[in-house]
Amino acid sequence: MSASQPHTLGDVVVTMAGVGKWYGDFKVLKDVNLDVRRGERIVICGPSGSGKSTLIRCLNRLEEHNEGRIVVDGIELRHGMRDIDKVRREVGMVFQSFNLFPHLTVLENCILAPMKVRGTARAEAERTARLYLERVHIPEQAGKYPGQLSGGQQQRVAIARSLCMNPRIMLFDEPTSALDPEMVKEVLDVMVELAESGMTMLCVTHEMGFARKVADRVIFMDRGEIVEAETPDVFFDRPASERTRAFLGQILPH
Amino acid sequence: MRDFGWGDTLFLIGAVRWTLLLSFVAFVGGSLGGLAVALCRTGRIRVLRWLAAGFITLFQGTPLLMQLFLAFFVPGILGFDVDPWAAAAIGLSLHAAAFLGEIWRGAIEVVPRGQWEASTALGLRYAAQMRYVVLPQAVRIAVPPTVGFLVQLIKATSLASIIGFVELTRAAQIVNNATFQPFTVFGLVALIYFIICWPLSLYSRRMEQRLLVASR
Repeated sequence: MSASQPHTLGDVVVTMAGVGKWYGDFKVLKDVNLDVRRGERIVICGPSGSGKSTLIRCLNRLEEHNEGRIVVDGIELRHGMRDIDKVRREVGMVFQSFNLFPHLTVLENCILAPMKVRGTARAEAERTARLYLERVHIPEQAGKYPGQLSGGQQQRVAIARSLCMNPRIMLFDEPTSALDPEMVKEVLDVMVELAESGMTMLCVTHEMGFARKVADRVIFMDRGEIVEAETPDVFFDRPASERTRAFLGQILPH
Repeated sequence: MRDFGWGDTLFLIGAVRWTLLLSFVAFVGGSLGGLAVALCRTGRIRVLRWLAAGFITLFQGTPLLMQLFLAFFVPGILGFDVDPWAAAAIGLSLHAAAFLGEIWRGAIEVVPRGQWEASTALGLRYAAQMRYVVLPQAVRIAVPPTVGFLVQLIKATSLASIIGFVELTRAAQIVNNATFQPFTVFGLVALIYFIICWPLSLYSRRMEQRLLVASR
């Protein structure tokens, strides 16, 4: 497998500085420091409960952090902030369980937010939606309901739905974990194409082939901490931490 | 005393419209109130959650007849004049609001959290999330129990007869006082209630089965 193509990165678009978060007494994030540049592709892995999902969910404030600073696209995320919508408009998210709206068709799923959040006219929203459905290779499913699609198709619709908002940053929270094995590839292919188009991406995933192929940096988290953040070459071949080596030993084929 | 005749039958059938009208008004009023209660109960504002919970507990924990008495007599004590029609409409609306509010709260809470998260992540605000994502899904779940409650409500309008509102049951009492043929009179009235309610019960059951099939 080839290492990621070198490409130029832009300004810093996400800053996490000394970020901490508790669930009651349990500390899920400990002193997380991370800068993400425009166009950068980051893969986050780690054992379950290591805080990787929580980390990206803090970036669009599905979860609130308790200490430290988070700045996304120039806006600092604060308690009780009023302009969180500005951030959410620019940050797309894809979930493990797809979370498509089951009562709406594929096309309606894609145009809801552009129309209601951005105020886009229906005709234009539909044009954009069909464009992105084309890009995720399912334009013919536009009139169907999510329940009529396979898991892989649903997840591709979910990606298209996010892209319809023209986000600057895309977050992926274990996008292939709920899929049958034969459907993982079709979703990863779409994600690879998206990465190649220059999208800034933070992906929580255990798909190490994907990490090797597209990631600029692979981050390993354990017990709420970032243990390692390296280029794929270094990460897979010469990881510094014993914990990383142990984790890789468990998930990589021998 | 006179015999029960066609005139009495027509009088009873004419009274059906008051039963239906009272049911309709109470259902509309109860729906508006119930929606507000359900939204407060599931919302983020703690005071409203408590108020809604208190309202539901109070109205589910007291007999409807007491609620109708209070709706009829309390405004009088406070110096407002309410006729039996207004008192019955207000009492039944509040009663319906409590029960529908609780039914709809349940339906809203059954909508998976992922639906909220996905719509939040897309930038939708609470009102838009409710209107376009959550309520359309909750409505489907809520239709069978709502229709089921409507049947209860139609039958409950008979209690309005006690505060003097002339609907079907009160009309029956009037006819019976004149004819003293209780079996015929009340049997006929029971049949009329049944004819109104039974199709609704059937409809409710059919919707419920359809929902079960859909969720498989």
